[in-house]
Amino acid sequence: MDPQSPIHVSLRGVTKVFVSGLGRTHALGPIDIDLRRGEFFAVVGPSGCGKSTLLDVIAALTPPSQGAVTFEGRPIGNTVPDGVGVVFQENACFPWLNVADNITFGLRRQPVDKTEIEQRLQYALQLMGLQDFAHAFPSQLSGGMRQRVCIARTLVMQPRLILLDEPFGALDQQTRLLMGDELLRIWRATGATVLLITHALDEAAMLADRVAVMSARPGRILEVIETGWPRERDSQIVSVPEFGAITARLWTLLRAQSMQALRPEAV
Amino acid sequence: MRIALYRLLAVLLPLALLEILCRDRFITPLTLPAPSQILLGLWAVIEKGTFNAAILKTLTNVGLAFVLSVVVGITTGAAIHRARLLRALLEPLFSTYYAIPIYAFYPLFIVVFGLGDAPQVLIGFMLAVVSMIVSTLAGLDSVPPVLGKTALVLQLGPVETVRSVTLPYAAPYLFTGVKLAVAYAFIGVIGAEFIMSGTGLGYEIRFAYDNLDNNVMYPLILLILLIAITVNMSLDRWEWRLRARRGHG
Amino acid sequence: MALASAAGARMMRRTIYAHPSLFLVIGLLCLWQIAFWLVGRDALLPPLETILYLAGLLQTARFWGHIAETGTAFVIALAISVVAGLAIGLALGLNRMAAEVFEPFLLAGNSVPKIALYPIVLLIFGIGMPAKIAFGAIHGVVPVAIFTLTACSNVPPILFRAAAAMRLTRWDTIRSVLLPAALPDIFSGIRIGFSLTLIGTILGEMFGSQRGLGYLLMTAIGLQNIQVIMSVTLLLVLVAATVNTLLLAQDRRLRNPATPSQAP
Repeated sequence: MDPQSPIHVSLRGVTKVFVSGLGRTHALGPIDIDLRRGEFFAVVGPSGCGKSTLLDVIAALTPPSQGAVTFEGRPIGNTVPDGVGVVFQENACFPWLNVADNITFGLRRQPVDKTEIEQRLQYALQLMGLQDFAHAFPSQLSGGMRQRVCIARTLVMQPRLILLDEPFGALDQQTRLLMGDELLRIWRATGATVLLITHALDEAAMLADRVAVMSARPGRILEVIETGWPRERDSQIVSVPEFGAITARLWTLLRAQSMQALRPEAV
Repeated sequence: MRIALYRLLAVLLPLALLEILCRDRFITPLTLPAPSQILLGLWAVIEKGTFNAAILKTLTNVGLAFVLSVVVGITTGAAIHRARLLRALLEPLFSTYYAIPIYAFYPLFIVVFGLGDAPQVLIGFMLAVVSMIVSTLAGLDSVPPVLGKTALVLQLGPVETVRSVTLPYAAPYLFTGVKLAVAYAFIGVIGAEFIMSGTGLGYEIRFAYDNLDNNVMYPLILLILLIAITVNMSLDRWEWRLRARRGHG
Repeated sequence: MALASAAGARMMRRTIYAHPSLFLVIGLLCLWQIAFWLVGRDALLPPLETILYLAGLLQTARFWGHIAETGTAFVIALAISVVAGLAIGLALGLNRMAAEVFEPFLLAGNSVPKIALYPIVLLIFGIGMPAKIAFGAIHGVVPVAIFTLTACSNVPPILFRAAAAMRLTRWDTIRSVLLPAALPDIFSGIRIGFSLTLIGTILGEMFGSQRGLGYLLMTAIGLQNIQVIMSVTLLLVLVAATVNTLLLAQDRRLRNPATPSQAP
């Protein structure tokens, strides 16, 4: 990763406290991170550490309790900024629309003309290997294919920042590796900044330029590890020795945190 | 295929038995005419068109009650879904609503709205609307939070979100509500006509009963059953097709 | 000042959340009073007068005679509804083929305006107690049967596989696995059957009877006796709503066995 690249997203002193009838839950922070433009950044942490909350705050899906988030130099407001795309872990396909209509759903609500929509659709279908399924309905697809539809739906909006919230969490291991390869291809093809939230150490180690390790709740950044991978890379790097070293390093940092997250009172 | 055959048998065998019992005068025509007689009577009623006005009146009122309840039910359901306090307040009403004998209010409606069509339509509407509201609420509850987030990411406004994301997702539940609304609109309107009114199929059945005119009464009862069952079955079929496409089995 | 009212509003909200039924009743009484002011004495009686009139009726032996009549018919009809509904539902629930064949008939039976069948019931049973009971049971049996059938088919197949793995006999599987697993849904069916049986019994009395609350209601309608119409309606609504609320609470307990019964 080029350290000279300009800062794209910046978090300063971001915290999140949930207030409910039962009391206050300090879920997150304070957190300071800078994402550079075009960087692939991963966040790993034990379950319940507030990873997803962090993503929601950056996407302006929920306001931070304290602190500020800036995207492309402007503070984010209370709506999702233009140029930000989000892919969730859960199946977010619209079951009543076929694949093509799912992918163009957001685009059709923008001032984009028909031929442009068609072009972007074809591009996304091809990039995600969905050409033969344009007229299929989500119920006819496997979990991996549905997640491709959701990624394609994000891609056609041509986001400059792609946020991924455990996008492969519901998939089997082989599919995860293949989807990881596709994610890397998309990342290179679009030049977008990618923030990947995951609980899978190998996924983070294989995909990201930098991996931030989060503590148990309230989630803080314990350390940011540079992987030093070349931009041209794929899932084959799981077999190089450095991969093992990085994963081991991540696990050392996370082990104590994960044990803490497992204690009943932390749930 | 075999199931269809068994279903057919399940209808035809009791009918055949009834036919034999009636022909043997084991059941007198004063109690129940033979099924074949009823069917012929139905044909005669339709051919002569004596009751066309009554049929039209009933169907119009059922239609009015149904359309009103669906429109009001979905809008109210969507509104209540957002207003948590109001919903908490109304939830006990919804859960006891169908335990209340709505027909008991009918005389009040007559006094308030007169003897026109309004009281019948209102009874049908009152029976139907709550099932539509409850189904709408259940449907909106079923929408996974991730779809709401997706709508935010796609920068949809609240109205657009309800229109293009939440309501389509909730469609199977809404369909259940629509089916119940049709049934309740029928039950309400015909019941009201039966209790006290001068028009409609319900009234004609009561009139025929009071005059011991079985040749009119049974065909009209059969007609009502056929209409209600046909409408219900067509909706079932339609629902099945919609669900098959969405893979909700 | 503004702060105090904001805090007051929050307290109010919390109180409403804690006792929604209480506030619902208050709200409905207010609406009733407003409706009375709007339409006048020809059509409505105000809440207080209705309650007082009902209290007056409840002190007469004749009124209790009507209640006893309706009560007897209702209890018998409910017993028939529950027993027959359970029998039909279980018979179909245990036999997939039979369920497939007969389920559409049950669902159709649910969507039909049963009041249209009433003349047939009268012709078969004549005016009197049996007709009322039959009419009440016609209303109640279908929902009990449908809910029981659905409850049986909704039991997760894994439970039957587990039962088979534990070498339970067929009878033991029904008794110790199927019935407990299906009980909450069956209970819901009985709750709905309760309401519909009551409505059916009252409707039966309205046309085919010389006694009972339904008969009282029908004569009052003929005489335009607003006082009797409203008091009897109020009584029916109160009884139906109270019993339904109790059954609903039991329903919730069956669904969440972990919650202690004292919990709000």
